[in-house]
Amino acid sequence: MSETDKIIEIQHLSKSFGDKKVLEDINLYIRRGEFITLLGPSGCGKTTLLRMIAGFLQPDEGSLLMDGKELAGIPPHERPLNTVFQRYALFPHLDVYDNIAFGLKLKKVPEEEIEKRVRKVLKLVAMSDYEDRDVETLSGGQQQRIAIARAIVNQPKVLLLDEPLAALDLKMRKDMQIELKEMHRKLGITFIYVTHDQEEALTLSDTIVVLNEGRIQQIGTPVDIYNEPVNCFVADFIGESNILKGRMLRDRRVAFIKHEFDCVDEGFGEDVPVDVVVRPEDIYFTTDPGKCQFKAKVNTCTFKGVHYEMWVDTDTGYELMIQDYDAYPVGSEVMLYIDPDDIQVMKKERVCNTLYGTVKDEETVELLGCDFPLRSSFEAGTEVKVEIPFDAIDLMDNLDDGVIDGEVHVILYMGNHYHLTIKTEDGDSLWVDTNDIWDKGDLVGIRLVPEKGIKITKKDE
Amino acid sequence: MSKRSNWSIPYVVFLVLFVVLPLVLVLVYAFQDNSGHFTLGNITKFFTDKDALSTFAVSLEVALENTLLCILIGYPAAWILSNKQYNKSAVTIVLFIMPMWINALMRTLATAQLFTMLGITLGKGTLLFGMVYDYLPFMIYPIYNVLSKMDKSYAEAAVDLGATPWKAFWKVTVPLSMPGVTSGILMVFMPTVSTFAISEFLTNNKIKLFGTIIQENINSSMWNYGAALALIMLVIIGITSLFSKDKEEMEGGLI
Repeated sequence: MSETDKIIEIQHLSKSFGDKKVLEDINLYIRRGEFITLLGPSGCGKTTLLRMIAGFLQPDEGSLLMDGKELAGIPPHERPLNTVFQRYALFPHLDVYDNIAFGLKLKKVPEEEIEKRVRKVLKLVAMSDYEDRDVETLSGGQQQRIAIARAIVNQPKVLLLDEPLAALDLKMRKDMQIELKEMHRKLGITFIYVTHDQEEALTLSDTIVVLNEGRIQQIGTPVDIYNEPVNCFVADFIGESNILKGRMLRDRRVAFIKHEFDCVDEGFGEDVPVDVVVRPEDIYFTTDPGKCQFKAKVNTCTFKGVHYEMWVDTDTGYELMIQDYDAYPVGSEVMLYIDPDDIQVMKKERVCNTLYGTVKDEETVELLGCDFPLRSSFEAGTEVKVEIPFDAIDLMDNLDDGVIDGEVHVILYMGNHYHLTIKTEDGDSLWVDTNDIWDKGDLVGIRLVPEKGIKITKKDE
Repeated sequence: MSKRSNWSIPYVVFLVLFVVLPLVLVLVYAFQDNSGHFTLGNITKFFTDKDALSTFAVSLEVALENTLLCILIGYPAAWILSNKQYNKSAVTIVLFIMPMWINALMRTLATAQLFTMLGITLGKGTLLFGMVYDYLPFMIYPIYNVLSKMDKSYAEAAVDLGATPWKAFWKVTVPLSMPGVTSGILMVFMPTVSTFAISEFLTNNKIKLFGTIIQENINSSMWNYGAALALIMLVIIGITSLFSKDKEEMEGGLI
C-alpha cells in the first residue's frame, strides 16, 4: 500500500490520566475512505483515542499523523475533521438550520452557498422539511440525523462518530446503521466510529480495531475478527463462543475437551498449551457414527428466533453451547463433530501468574505489597520470582480471610470451570481458575494454596 | 376535605397574615388621605414631586450600575469556578458564598468603618462598592449553577465545527448560560432598588435611594404617602420580573 492511502497514522501513542494508563503504545493506520471502528468495553480507551484524534486531548507520547503531517499542536478547530457527539450536542438555542450552518458561518461562507449546502445535507439525511424546527422538539433519531448533517456539511476529510447510536432504541438503531453505511458510501470520506456494540461493529465496518485495557487486541476485517480471534478476550467479546483450554499436539492436531481433533493451525510447536475457540454454530449434529467425534447429552434448548440455542454436556464433562436450526430434545444423547476449519487455536497469553517479590523469612514472601505465607529455602531479603498456577489461588467471600483484597474484573467460562481476572486494589491483575460462581464486581479475599505447585526461584535465574 | 390538605392550613394562615394582609394595607393606605377618604392624591403627589422622582431615577441608576458591575465581575468568576481546569476544590466556591453567612447589615457597617479608617470619602463610589460586595454572591451562584451543569460537549461541538475557544464561548456558552444570568439579575436588581441601609451607612445619607424616602415618610408618620411610594416600587419590580423571560432572549441576542 502506498503512503498516500493512509489518511491517519498513529505511532506509539500513550495517554495517562493521573496514575491510570488509558492508552498504551497504540500503533494504527487508517486508510483513506474506509469505515473503521474502535471497539471495546467501557473504559478500554476507545473514546480517549477518538478525542485525541479530534484534538480535545493531547497524547503523552507518540505521534498522530494526518496526511503525513503531525497533528499535535494543531488545535481542534483547525483540524479538517468533524465529530458526531454521543448525545448529539446540538445547540439548543439555535434551530435546525442555524445548527447546521454554524460551521459554515464561522468560515464566512457566502449566505447563498450556506443555504445551498444546508439544503443538500438535509436532503442527504432525509430531514428536508425540518429547517426551522427547534432542535429540542426533535426525536432522538431526528437529532441524530441533524448532528450528522451538522458535521458533514463542513466537508471534513474524516468524520468521527462517538457511539452515535447508543441513545436510540433497538429498531431505530438498526435502521440508522443501514443509513450510516449508505451515507459513508455516498460521501466517500473516512469514518472513524467508536462503539461498545460488537454487532454494530461487525455490521458497519471495513476494519475493526478491538481495544481492551488501553491496548489494541486485534485489527482486522469483521470476518477476520469473528473467525480468527487472536485471544480469549476478542473471542469472548465478539459474538458467542466456546472458549476452552487445549493442547496443541503437533501441527494440525489439537486436543481439547479430552478429545483430539484435526485443525488447520500450524507452527505452535509440539505439546504446547493453547486456548481454543469454537463458535456455537460450528458444532454440528450427526447421525453417522463414522463422522461423530464426541458424544453429548442435551441439557437445555431455547428457541432464539432464527435458531435454537442448546447447552450440551459432553461425555468428558464439559459444557458447550451449540446453535442449530433444528431442536434436539432435552435429555437426548447426540453425536457431534467440528470441522477442522472451524477450530480457532490461539496462543496462550500466559500459563500461570508470574509475580516478583522478596523473601521475608522461611515462611513468608512479600508479594504485591503483602506478606503471603510461602515456604522457601532462600535467605531473607532475596528477590524472587514466584510462579503461581491459576488454580493455586483461593478466592474467599470474607475479605478478612484473604491476604489481600481484589475485585472480579473479567469472567470467562471455559467449558468446565471459570477463568477469572482479579484486579487488586493497586491495579495488579491475577488470573484464577475456579469452579465457584462469582459475579463481575464481586469483592474477594485472595489466598494462595502452596500445595498446588507454586514455584519460587531466584529473580535472575 | 382530606386529612392531608389540612397540613397546608398553617401556611395559608401565615400567607394571609404576613403577605396578603400587609399588601392589602399598603393598597388601602396608598389610596387614602389623612382622614381616611379615598384619594389618588398620594400617587399624583409622587409624579409631581421633583425630589421623589429624582431619587427614584437615582435608585434605578444605582441598581442598574450595581447589576451591571455584578455581571461583569460575577460572570468570569462563575466561569472560572465552574471550570475544573482552574478550580480543583469546592473550597473556593464556599469562600465566594461565605459572605452570605454574615448579616448584610453588619458587613455594610464594617465596610463603612473601613472606608472611614482609610480616609476614603463616602459617596457614590463607596455605595457601589458596598452594593457589589453585598450582592455579588447572588449573581455568581445562579450563573455558576448553570455553567457547572452545562454539558461540556456543547462548547466542544462548537470548537469541533471550527470556532476558536473564544468564539465558542460567546456563541454557545454565553447564550446557553443566560437563564443563570437572568436569575442573577432578578436577585440583584430587585433588592438594590429597594435598599436603604447600604446607602445610609456607606454615603452617610448623602445619596438617597427610593427605599430611603419610603423609610423617611413612614418614620415621620406619613403613612399614606409612604404606602403609595411602596406600591409604586412594587409595581416597578413586578414589571421587571414579568419581563425577565423576554429579557433572557433579548440579551442572548445582544451578545
